[in-house]
Amino acid sequence: MISLGDDKRKRNQMNIVDRALPDRKSKKEVSLSAFSFLFSELVQYTHRRVTHIKELERRLADVGYSVGLRLLEYISWKEKVQKRETRVVRFLQFIVSTVWKMLFGKTATLEKSVDKKEQYMITEDTTLINTFISVPKDMQGLNCASLVGGIVEGMLDGADFPARVTTHSVTVEEQRFPKTVILIEFDEEVLERERQLGN
Amino acid sequence: MFTLTYGAIVCQLIKELDSLDEVNNQLDKMGYNIGLRLIDEFLARSNLGRCRDIKETAEVITKVGFKMFFGVTANVANFNPKKQSFLIQLEDNPLIDFVELPPQYKDKLSYSNLLCGVIRGALEMVQMKVVCTIKKCPLKGDEITEIKVKLIEILTTEIPVGDE
Repeated sequence: MISLGDDKRKRNQMNIVDRALPDRKSKKEVSLSAFSFLFSELVQYTHRRVTHIKELERRLADVGYSVGLRLLEYISWKEKVQKRETRVVRFLQFIVSTVWKMLFGKTATLEKSVDKKEQYMITEDTTLINTFISVPKDMQGLNCASLVGGIVEGMLDGADFPARVTTHSVTVEEQRFPKTVILIEFDEEVLERERQLGN
Repeated sequence: MFTLTYGAIVCQLIKELDSLDEVNNQLDKMGYNIGLRLIDEFLARSNLGRCRDIKETAEVITKVGFKMFFGVTANVANFNPKKQSFLIQLEDNPLIDFVELPPQYKDKLSYSNLLCGVIRGALEMVQMKVVCTIKKCPLKGDEITEIKVKLIEILTTEIPVGDE
């Protein structure tokens, strides 16, 4: 039998909110394959239950949404964010830099749409999540990164920036894989608030 | 992210399936599918030969397998040569961080049931038919996660006709 320290025992009896966050240094990372396998199972499971690609994407996004809500809180603690971000651009920057680094180990590109004021885009050439996925011909247009889109939507919602988030693949010439674009359209109220806050 | 995704999957399953037994089943099934494919990568990366007996298998699962995929080590306990069974004890279970089971699920839902499926699937690919069950889980007030593995039979290799 392994003997356990007192603090461990105490930890397990404590309410979950009172426990310390798991320490990243002492804790080893879960391997990428473990995640990929799990993700592929999720996609297959969802695939069996839907009739349409759009629906499949939406359900992946739903799963991502609930991840995003929790992730926001976790990362805010971890990074010792003192204040809640109220400006759109700054919050988006927080997502593409801090959050992306934490999730995927690199940053993404943030772009603002020229035509429409409420649109922002997060683009990535290669999405980690799509690394092991090959899309069958008859399901063209499917992008499993909708899960990531869902995560972004969840975070935005949690930080009180209601928005519509959609994920698209864009084919780029001279590139083997299409790049992933996460399109964010903010609701009117966010823009209104942004105007009020001014510069 | 892994943990949170797993959590979201479990939530989704609870929402969509009628009973908690079904959720457990589905988790086990998903784990089984993972295990079937995971063993390939495991063998390719670990350079391990065939295990001679179940004791060695147990060691490999806990010391190499869990380390490779979850970054944690597990212990083997209660090895029982007669019944061909052993317990895997996990001090840290990566699946259950940030998780608290609501009281109505405490009795029936085995949250980390996926792991059972994974072990079952992976071992079946190396011709061992086993049954895995979660015996203890910190979410239910125990100190550690404990998975019981019991060997049912060694499958015999059948060489397909025309294959050498």
